[in-house]
Amino acid sequence: MITVSGISKSFKVAKRTSGVKSAFKALFRREYTEVAALNDISFAIKPGEIVGYIGPNGAGKSTTIKVMSGILVPDKGSCSIMGYTPWLDRVKYVQNIGVVFGQRSQLWWDVPVIDSFDLLRDIYDVPEAEYQENLKLLTETLDLGDLIHTPVRQLSLGQRMRCEIAASLLHSPSILFLDEPTIGLDAVSKIAVRQFISRINQEKGVTIILTTHDMNDIEALASRILLIGKGTLLYDGDIGTLRDKYVDETADGSSSIEDIIVRMYKEYQIT
Amino acid sequence: MKLFGKYLLILFKSQMQYRTSFWLMSFGQFFIPFSVFAGLYFMFERFGQIKGWDFYEVALCFGVIHMAFSISECLGRGFDMFSTLVSNGDFDRLLVRPRGTVLQVLGSKFEFTRIGRLLQSLLVLGWAVYGIDVDWTFAKAITLLFMVVSGVFIFTGIFMLVAAMCFWTIQGLEIANIFTDGGREMAQYPLNIYQKWVVRFFTYVIPFGCVNYLPLLYILGKTDGSPLLHMLTPLAGCLFLVPCVLVWRFGVRHYRSTGS
Repeated sequence: MITVSGISKSFKVAKRTSGVKSAFKALFRREYTEVAALNDISFAIKPGEIVGYIGPNGAGKSTTIKVMSGILVPDKGSCSIMGYTPWLDRVKYVQNIGVVFGQRSQLWWDVPVIDSFDLLRDIYDVPEAEYQENLKLLTETLDLGDLIHTPVRQLSLGQRMRCEIAASLLHSPSILFLDEPTIGLDAVSKIAVRQFISRINQEKGVTIILTTHDMNDIEALASRILLIGKGTLLYDGDIGTLRDKYVDETADGSSSIEDIIVRMYKEYQIT
Repeated sequence: MKLFGKYLLILFKSQMQYRTSFWLMSFGQFFIPFSVFAGLYFMFERFGQIKGWDFYEVALCFGVIHMAFSISECLGRGFDMFSTLVSNGDFDRLLVRPRGTVLQVLGSKFEFTRIGRLLQSLLVLGWAVYGIDVDWTFAKAITLLFMVVSGVFIFTGIFMLVAAMCFWTIQGLEIANIFTDGGREMAQYPLNIYQKWVVRFFTYVIPFGCVNYLPLLYILGKTDGSPLLHMLTPLAGCLFLVPCVLVWRFGVRHYRSTGS
């Protein structure tokens, strides 16, 4: 379903030095350094999988998501998702995916949520029957009942995130990209979001790629993880193996997933 | 096109959440060009005419340009305010939706408070049409309509060009106001009152001359060449949008390959 092979991407970043003098100089001439955000990343994902994509800040998670969702064009490598190359067939391709950026809203701020949903229906050209059916299902499972008639700006973060996720599923996508969906949520909302993610995965067979810093998300949802550090893919496999590999080193024999990840980061020297 | 209407509707609903601010802004937008127009009026009161143009002729020019400007500021505000869309990363969101970028950026913001300016220009235009010494024919009325439409295209084109620059600079460019606000101030008078190079610039580079001066000659019956040619000049204004869209596309491609 998803095949990513040999993706590389580097950014030009303007060098910044401190001091007024150099800042003034930078007004006229800037020096750039090439930063490799992704370096020869390859993996394949089967339909219906939930894959946790982890790594420290700045490791290249978001860049990978942006490449896979057709926003960015990589320097090298190829990527085939459902037969499309995301950055070439952008308009046709994105009809099949849903994207949630945890830190950014896709809803219209000042109007009731349902108005945003209706507009998304028109943007994605969802047939009315399908839309009503999806809306009903999402409202029930995400417990949106009264929320959808409330303006977005009056929602709490947890409520808003539930609406964001619903918004990205209205057009019944086959793949859902979740970029930090649980960031800043309280325990109750986190669990609600997790339960819902696993439910749509099981019931509708949606393939899910999830980035997060909350290892409990990974543990609850993903059977498989991809670990990226400094733009390189370091680990691709299931959590069990990972646990077996790192668990012995702890004194009491039991170790939380958090500890395991910290140890992994240390071993690969990516923090 | 239907979707554009939907965008318009949802943003209108959003705007209506802030009614007081809407009325105050619209009020302000009515009086800013009003004071400019008052200046124009008193100038003609004192001098009678400028280079053979009388008050109503210039008022017609003024009305057309201000109307075009207010419509494009209302509908093309998404491009005018595009720098915020890029710098806060919301442009990425547009790219994961199955629609063209031009439509989505247009749909990202409308400035309904420009209704004030629109109303003001409508009044001026109405007054000018009433007072001007012209035998109105169907062709002339159509030409007048073309002038406004073409003006909208040109202003929107400039907004689009400036927005495309944001892909390289991220921040907005105040310098572009030379062409939008500056162009508006220049083009509210018939172009031949200016120096030759100004006229050339605003005819061949940014074709404001095509939306007011040249078709105005036709309306007034002052043409020395083919009247049909003058009548069709507003179309050239519409053509201005073509290179703008191309530059925009190029900018989007640059953005997607650099990610900044």
